[in-house]
Amino acid sequence: MISLDFPAVLVEWPLLLKGAAATLALTAVRATVGMVLGVACAWARTYGGAALKFAVGAYVEAIRNTPFIVQLFFLFFGLPSLGVKLSPEFASVLAMVVNLGAYASEIVRAGISATPRGQIEAAQSLALSPAQVFTRVVLPPALKRVWPAMVSQIIIVMLGSAVCGQISTQELSYAANLIQSRNFRAFESFIIATLMYLVLSIAVRRLLHWVGPRFIFGR
Amino acid sequence: MVEFSLWDISRNLLMAVRWTVLLSLMAFVGGGLIGLLLLVARIARWRGVEPLIAGYVQLFQGTPLLMQLFFLFFGLSSLGLQVSAWTAAAIGLTLYTSAFLTEIWRGCVNSVAKGQWEASSALALNLGEQLRYVIGPQALKVAVPPTVGFLVQVVKGTALASVIGFAELTKTGTTIANATFKPFTVYACVALLYFVLCFPISLWARSLERKLHGHR
Repeated sequence: MISLDFPAVLVEWPLLLKGAAATLALTAVRATVGMVLGVACAWARTYGGAALKFAVGAYVEAIRNTPFIVQLFFLFFGLPSLGVKLSPEFASVLAMVVNLGAYASEIVRAGISATPRGQIEAAQSLALSPAQVFTRVVLPPALKRVWPAMVSQIIIVMLGSAVCGQISTQELSYAANLIQSRNFRAFESFIIATLMYLVLSIAVRRLLHWVGPRFIFGR
Repeated sequence: MVEFSLWDISRNLLMAVRWTVLLSLMAFVGGGLIGLLLLVARIARWRGVEPLIAGYVQLFQGTPLLMQLFFLFFGLSSLGLQVSAWTAAAIGLTLYTSAFLTEIWRGCVNSVAKGQWEASSALALNLGEQLRYVIGPQALKVAVPPTVGFLVQVVKGTALASVIGFAELTKTGTTIANATFKPFTVYACVALLYFVLCFPISLWARSLERKLHGHR
């Protein structure tokens, strides 16, 4: 007879909550840094010289065509043999930033390339410097155009961050694993963790759609 | 510690690639079939089916694939259902793929102009005929590039099956890295093999997309 015992998992709520908070914190850090990296790469691929374009293009393709878990293992297990030792948390954040940066750069680039030529010419004729043209005229509408895609990508990377539990970063999936190894309630603890991820992804999506127009590119 | 030459490492990894490929194909074909069924159910507007499928899609797109695999592998076995790592990975990836593909294809069907539906129903075609002769061919043209693009996601998704102990490319890489103490070389080779698998598909998807937009 199958018997479910959800309370046995729910009494461990401090662990679950801490895990969810860690997942959110990791997401916040790498969404911010990853987006900045993405914008920088998009800038390099649009305006940079040939060598820079090639280098950034290679980076983007390398990241987009390999699984996140392999990138993470490479950073966490591979780099120490070169003498670079990373903590699990730092390796997780670094891997996610590198990962999101590549995807974000493609997304932002699509937005930039859709900028009408006349707007750039108008800005130039007002004697704005190239940097001003990029940050004031090209970037904000570009981000606005691609914001839905960007939000989806941030969510995808947040869900991908469940893998970081594998290198003992103490986030939500790690908490679920810990709980099920304590009380052997695998079914219940994974259901609860999965539902928490669902709630997190819906909440973060709402939040980002609220934050975007107010703080990032203006209405 | 085992002495492994670079050749031994790459040979073992190459042997493991076939499992990655097999798992990807299974998930892609199975997911495609289920996705198609869900799509037809959605288009036919069977009563009560829309919220169910929307929930299904939200569930698989809104939760980590890793959790879905854990749930199938550890969760079901704690209920007394013994599932092998291979079965759990195949089922998990198939469901995951079906949720994404049905959503992608729904967008493609919606992109077909409404007049096409009206015209074909004015010609007294039933739903099956409409889909077969009018809507299907037009939607298919739009659907191919994103579907091929999603194949890359499936191949990358199979890497997560390593976590539940299915010996595909990533798991084999971990095993070899643990045996040889050469994680840097091994994971670089693993990443390279994934790249060799995925990059041609990405290029293919991109060229399909360019062709599609060229014809407009």
